[in-house]
Amino acid sequence: MTSVLYDAQGPRAKQRNILYTVLFLVVLAAVAWWVYDSLNAKHQLDWIKWEPFFTSSQPWETYLWPGLQETLKAASLALVIALPLGALFGIGRLSDHRWVRIPSGAVVEFFRAIPVLILMITANAAFSEYTDISSELRPLYAVVTGLVLYNASVLAEIVRAGILSLPRGQTDAAKAIGMRKGQTMRHVLLPQSVTAMLPAIVSQIVVIVKDTALGGAVLTFPELLASVRPMSANYGANTIACFTVIAVIYIALNFTLTSFASWLEGRLRRGKKSTGAVLGPGTVEAAGGTAPISVSGDFKSGAGGGGI
Amino acid sequence: MFDFLEGYDLLGAFWVTVKLAVYSGLGSLILGTLLAGMRVSPVPLMRGFGTAYVNFVRNIPLTIIIVFTSLGLFQTLGVSLGVEDFTDVNFRLAVLGLTVYTAAFVCEALRSGINTVPVGQAEAARALGLSFTQVLRLVILPQAFRSVVNPLANVLIALTKNTTVAAAIGVVEAANLMKTMIEAEAQLLLISAVFAFGFICLTLPTGLILGWVSKKVAVKR
Repeated sequence: MTSVLYDAQGPRAKQRNILYTVLFLVVLAAVAWWVYDSLNAKHQLDWIKWEPFFTSSQPWETYLWPGLQETLKAASLALVIALPLGALFGIGRLSDHRWVRIPSGAVVEFFRAIPVLILMITANAAFSEYTDISSELRPLYAVVTGLVLYNASVLAEIVRAGILSLPRGQTDAAKAIGMRKGQTMRHVLLPQSVTAMLPAIVSQIVVIVKDTALGGAVLTFPELLASVRPMSANYGANTIACFTVIAVIYIALNFTLTSFASWLEGRLRRGKKSTGAVLGPGTVEAAGGTAPISVSGDFKSGAGGGGI
Repeated sequence: MFDFLEGYDLLGAFWVTVKLAVYSGLGSLILGTLLAGMRVSPVPLMRGFGTAYVNFVRNIPLTIIIVFTSLGLFQTLGVSLGVEDFTDVNFRLAVLGLTVYTAAFVCEALRSGINTVPVGQAEAARALGLSFTQVLRLVILPQAFRSVVNPLANVLIALTKNTTVAAAIGVVEAANLMKTMIEAEAQLLLISAVFAFGFICLTLPTGLILGWVSKKVAVKR
């Protein structure tokens, strides 16, 4: 194994690496022992606390599966609403008319600068004050509204970056054959940029899925995380076991999505037919003023700020 | 018009937000740099650990991590991080959760920065006889840091917004105060506007200043 930073190792370097490996193992083992010991001291590792998840279907049927369904329902609703909205604002920001460009830009920058939780709390209060949505449905509405407002503005930036990543010649050629602006966008720019945007959009889904958990912690939305309390109350204070199971579900779900996103990115980059760039997961960053959009170059950036 | 603000410690709440962001920002910068060092190190076990850390932590919702520090670490295992007072415990737990989570993103940003340093630089440094840690410390990391000011600024902005999640374990920061105020006062739109404005005041200057810094310090190639 060689890299930029070190050569293929000689005998002395190999010995040193073995030494470091052993030292690191000792540190890891010490931490693992400390974790094991403190868990054991509080009886969190007793089989009786973990057994409900393995031997009976009850916790899955009563809590985990419905919770996961709510999580996925909120996430997919938010995505389905936010995508067209984001496309609209992203294209709006590229408009030739100032009265379209500036308001779209203001809306996008505003909602990107505000925490999702603040948006969700506001939406929740607004729904209870101004509408007659039943109190069981209200948390779902609030969560979806918050997610849509925030993610539509992030997706708008992804769309804008995708369109801007196409070479100028595309627009020029469309103009040359007499296409109007709308036609250029619909027939030339959007279809090409969609492929470029796909990896960034897939990794934005991870952000949406993760943010649904806010609704469970603050707005009594009955999603996956919210099932910790009733489960640990029912199965003998097995908090650690509940958290472990739920974290594993989230990791499995999101890891699939992140791997898919980076596989897609690699594939699109390799088999690229158009001359445009491919937007990686970290392309459009979190927020903050008129932050320039970085079209990630040839180095592979992980899910950067945008992935938080 | 803004009478409803009386009796609430608005500045105090935003000060807690700022403190959360600064402490966990520093913490995650240190932990993230360590992790990035591990991810590019010649020791396979460390590389594996770094990769596993990033992949696990990045895919768990921050909310779960923060709620876990309170329900799991504190209430179940009795980890109180060296303080007795309940408010302090929650504050420190929130800093711990935010640090653990944000470190994964700092690590990824730094690693992409390490990749921007031309291969020749590391080769030249090795040719001078520098060891791996020396190459990393003296040649690669200083340049990497200068090229990732912008991504790190975005991580910091995201972190500032993420501090609101601490409301889930009862840290009295902005989002928590906002929830209390909305329940007590009938001024929904004004309250939301005040808090939105507060966060814009925190995130916009950070982005602008660090954006300027990043242009200033970027390594011209």
